[in-house]
Amino acid sequence: MTRRLPTNFVIGGVLVALVVGTAALSLVWTPHNSTQMAISNKFAAPSSTYWLGTDQLGRDVVSQLMAGARNSMSVALIAVLMGGSIGVALGLMASAIGGWVEDGVMRLADLGFAFPALLFAIMLAAVFGPSLGNAVLAIAFINIPVFARVTRGAANQIWTLDYVSAARAAGMNRFAISRDHILPNIGAVIIVQATIEFAVAILAEAALSYLGLGAQPPAASWGRLLSEAQTLMYLAPQLAIYPGLCIVVAVLGFGLLGDGLRDMSEPRLRRER
Amino acid sequence: MIELDDFSVGFGAGTALRGATLTIRKGDRLGIVGESGSGKTMLALCLMGMAPDSAQLSGRLSIDGRDMAGASEAQWQVLRARRIAMIFQEPMAALNPLRRVGDTVMEPMRVHEGLSRGAAHKRALALFEEVGIPEPVDRMRQFPHELSGGQRQRVLIALALACDPVMLIADEPTTALDANVALRITELLVRLARERGMALVFITHDLAAVARTTQDIVVMYGGDMVERGATADVLAAPMHPYTRGLLAARPDPTVPARNADGTRRRLPSLPGSVPPLNALPQGCRFAGRCPVELAHCATRRPATRLVADNRQAACHLLEEQAR
Repeated sequence: MTRRLPTNFVIGGVLVALVVGTAALSLVWTPHNSTQMAISNKFAAPSSTYWLGTDQLGRDVVSQLMAGARNSMSVALIAVLMGGSIGVALGLMASAIGGWVEDGVMRLADLGFAFPALLFAIMLAAVFGPSLGNAVLAIAFINIPVFARVTRGAANQIWTLDYVSAARAAGMNRFAISRDHILPNIGAVIIVQATIEFAVAILAEAALSYLGLGAQPPAASWGRLLSEAQTLMYLAPQLAIYPGLCIVVAVLGFGLLGDGLRDMSEPRLRRER
Repeated sequence: MIELDDFSVGFGAGTALRGATLTIRKGDRLGIVGESGSGKTMLALCLMGMAPDSAQLSGRLSIDGRDMAGASEAQWQVLRARRIAMIFQEPMAALNPLRRVGDTVMEPMRVHEGLSRGAAHKRALALFEEVGIPEPVDRMRQFPHELSGGQRQRVLIALALACDPVMLIADEPTTALDANVALRITELLVRLARERGMALVFITHDLAAVARTTQDIVVMYGGDMVERGATADVLAAPMHPYTRGLLAARPDPTVPARNADGTRRRLPSLPGSVPPLNALPQGCRFAGRCPVELAHCATRRPATRLVADNRQAACHLLEEQAR
């Protein structure tokens, strides 16, 4: 029997491969130096040298977009890994101990949900000055409650299963059960959530950089490119359209991939179409 | 080794276990029978310290002379696997689908006894052989879905034996297996209990299995221990109306399926089913379903009487007869 992969998984996978591939390529090669300015060459039209032309300072647009992809991917990866691992650990702990610890962690998660990332980033920027590092911290922070909640819910389900009872009957403590039995069996749920959070993180990084709270000049970031192009909207609209399209492609790609992974891991939850 | 004295488990207004009194010694093979909802699984979970958090325990539960009724999870963890082990009803559900069965069996040895991977592997291999799993080296590397139902149950028995317990609780270990495999598993449990001098608590509703496996039997209904004695005696001459009903409800292959007049012969059955915990009669739990019920049965609780040497039953009718 051949099983068809879900359409959203395939489309998402292609888009993600495109973005990740571009980001990886930018580590070793870009057509030009993404930060090198050549004022005499500003607003150049697309050509064989400058595939998408140049910006108001004569920098190569393709190279900047590639560097932006690298920036987005690394920020999202670090933030989701940081926030995810803390959140998963908290969720596992809440589920394993139960009682007031579980209640406490979940109320803290509610508090975290109520606290917008933007506000947290502005706070960090006000105290430590705006930087990409602070943007990463802010995005990681909003991921903690998301992962804590998802992990706790999925873990609570596993705790009721017979093989966990069997492990308890074999004298395993809660930590060992969480590590050996709970975590592997909620892996699929966490991976799906991480993929979706990846999309959210890309969007958040773009928003923070757009507001000047993320990547600082001259570092390339899609959000920053967008804000720089904003003042030139009538003169050179393409400079805003390109990074905007990149953000759409990346967010859509990870979002669809996450949906597709969920459809494959939990067929019962697949939405009827 | 294990002593229960007037041990009860309540859930809010309901009572899952009422005044259980029981002594299990080294080498005993004890059967606990009763239908679903009779409290036999709750009893097993209490012996493992695994009663749900919402359960209210009262009375005395002592293991190795220590009172464990209010013991902490950490105190129980010391006893589990090394003193008391348990195997579960559904061998597929009781194995983590993502772990190789060898790793599952090795885990308690490594955690409790700090065995190295090599030493644990060696002992797990010996256990796989002891419980009759062919080609144990290959089996240990396999995942639960690659094994048959009987083999999975053998793996779970090996897991229970990992730290050489002195008592093994088997909660309906044969229910999910076909008759032939079930027979093998009960034979294996008896052999292991004999060879290791281990106590076996065999929980089941399969009277044939309990007859093969155990020396003594406790019949439970609605959280009460209604009758007990040597297995052969109780099954041959049941004293409590519930035990009689349970025995009568067994299909007998030697009796033809049709009566002399050609009508289909109906299997005798107990009318109704066990009421929910909070709707059980306050007196004898069996009141309302009992074919020989007396007027005061539903309101007055019958005392457990010693009716013969090593035979006990709790029924008002026996008291009437004794008078």
